Amino acid sequence: MTPEEFKKIGETHQKKREAFKYNINVCTAAACVSLQSEKVKDELASQVKEQGKKESCRISGTGCLGLCASGPLVTINNGQALYGGVKPGDAADIVKSIDKKPVKRLEIPADMPFFARQTKIALEHCGNTDPEVLGDYLALEGYEALYNCLTTMQPVEVIDTMVKSGLRGRGGGGYPVGLKWSTVHKAVGTKKFVICNADEGDPGAFMDRSMLESDPHSIVEGMAIAGYAVGATHGYVYIRGEYPLAIKRLKAAIKQAERQGFLGKNICGTPFSFDVEIRLGAGAFVCGEETALIASIEGKRGTPRPRPPYPAQYGLWGFPTLINNVETFANISPIVRKGADYYASIGTERSKGTKVFALAGSINNTGLIEVPMGITLREIVFEIGGGIIGGKKFKAVQTGGPSGGCIPDEYLDMKVDYESLAQVGSIMGSGGMIVMDETSCMVDVAKYFMDFCRSESCGKCAPCRVGTAQMYNLLNLISEGKATMHDMELLEELCDVVRNTSLCGLGQTAANPVLSTIRFFRDEYLAHIKDKKCPAGVCVIEHKEEAVL
Amino acid sequence: MNEAASKDKRRKLVDATMRRYGHSQYALIETLHSVQEVYGFLDDENLKYVSDALRVPLSKIYGVATFYHFFTLKPQGDHTAVLCTGTACYIKGVPAILSAIRNNFSVEAGETREDGKLSLLTARCIGSCGLSPAIVLDGEIAGQITPEIVVDRIGRMIQNDA
Repeated sequence: MTPEEFKKIGETHQKKREAFKYNINVCTAAACVSLQSEKVKDELASQVKEQGKKESCRISGTGCLGLCASGPLVTINNGQALYGGVKPGDAADIVKSIDKKPVKRLEIPADMPFFARQTKIALEHCGNTDPEVLGDYLALEGYEALYNCLTTMQPVEVIDTMVKSGLRGRGGGGYPVGLKWSTVHKAVGTKKFVICNADEGDPGAFMDRSMLESDPHSIVEGMAIAGYAVGATHGYVYIRGEYPLAIKRLKAAIKQAERQGFLGKNICGTPFSFDVEIRLGAGAFVCGEETALIASIEGKRGTPRPRPPYPAQYGLWGFPTLINNVETFANISPIVRKGADYYASIGTERSKGTKVFALAGSINNTGLIEVPMGITLREIVFEIGGGIIGGKKFKAVQTGGPSGGCIPDEYLDMKVDYESLAQVGSIMGSGGMIVMDETSCMVDVAKYFMDFCRSESCGKCAPCRVGTAQMYNLLNLISEGKATMHDMELLEELCDVVRNTSLCGLGQTAANPVLSTIRFFRDEYLAHIKDKKCPAGVCVIEHKEEAVL
Repeated sequence: MNEAASKDKRRKLVDATMRRYGHSQYALIETLHSVQEVYGFLDDENLKYVSDALRVPLSKIYGVATFYHFFTLKPQGDHTAVLCTGTACYIKGVPAILSAIRNNFSVEAGETREDGKLSLLTARCIGSCGLSPAIVLDGEIAGQITPEIVVDRIGRMIQNDA
């Protein structure tokens, strides 16, 4: 297909849309679907029919609008009016008021900081396209970046663009994307592979799921561009089996792309061929680690192996393999389209561009956000997030899931980028951000994460297998008020051993939640050990002496 | 007769998956997904069948099947409740919800009730943190739950059959 042809498809689609005076979009990403947004959509459609407004109103589904806390969300003409908490019964009023004043009781101000403070690049199409319709994507310059790469750029030029953009891997490690691509490009192999890591196993993270549900074509396009740049002909998306809706939409997107010649043989009439296959994960956190992920795609137990050799040289079935995360691939096509300089102009010195975060926990505006790197935690929590639920006191924000740490209020004005988060003992991670208030006990939180690591440890190396179990036991003693100061010392020593001797990232970072809570909330640990008290009132401590008295 | 026919049909779906990947050993996980999808769990008979068809030792298949949380070797109850124990849900009161379910329906996490009516499972994170705490009842996500709401909904879910 020539660019004129696919532009035309996009334009016809756009015209079809514009023929209607009111485009009513209903969020059909998982969070809203679980609040019955499909029913809302059906009811809106039947109301439009009933009230005779079929000529002027068009109902369609759309990707994640971000503010999951107020779902299901409905938007009219992409923001002319935004409604939250819509029930099927509200459909009649919404349709009735379409050419008059908006329905007051449902309205969400579109200029609230939650929307105004965001910069959307990876999420640029989320919420304004129908994820199941290719034409919608084409209307917004979809697949143009791929076409331009294939026809006007050499693979090294594409890699150069990535280097210049300063994009770093969004899966958590923050490895420079351009460097990774160029290593795979230079690696020698009769075959090469591109893998999209969509095994979002961190508890408290849902960025990848939302992106795949809202804009699957951008991931497919990003993978194809990566394939061209590194010289791969085959791509895999390794996606969690727990995300049925994301799998369904991604499958549909791959099929549509194949049919229109954006995937398959001789893409857009060029010699480049690339196809994408889906592989289902089966619920193992360790499979987020790249060598474990490769083992899983090969049909084996997902256990990591020592590196080097890195997958860039020796990956899937021994061939050079590029592995990037969903969000990384979502950034590729915007970077090619808008230019590396544009992307590099956003963010901080060493962390360029934007980052998608999943805001959750004790915060008013839970949902999906994309913010420029270098924004402060305070802005995220109190402006975009709308502060703590019920006016309670902020205690900590947890980033990076089981590999990250808890950041207390004295660091709220810290800029969010890879380096500063590492400095306070946490990590950027894939983007889960959980806000905790005064009712959370930090010892309990550390115990929770250690329980997670203990059960997710694959068992291959002893420090992780045995160490996480021992650390859990010690944390359990502390939380039950049965520990001594000696146990505390032992715990800190163990953290050091497990961190330095484990085989893969799971074990190497498993101590982070413990170390960061000990560092910032030592008094809580001491209260459990010395005073046999849980300051937050979460842990159950039996007081034997009192019972005797 | 009917049962045999439906068994055949289900087997065909599994065969189709294996064929799609050319009966390659690499297709093991995809095949197990397929078995679990059509049979509800991984039973011995099917594991042996897959072992023969893909020429993978049964011991290795057992290793894979028990490594991944998604696979289950036990049949599920008529209804399932999957409680999310992700971080966001945890700090918003999952422990209390879990004990409420255990006490009211006498079922332990990861187990099926003796009468086979209810399976209670826990998930590491279902990615619905915006709705925390969340539970999946027979495939439908319910968000912002409390112990009372959950006990009520599970109660109604089980009673509907009676």
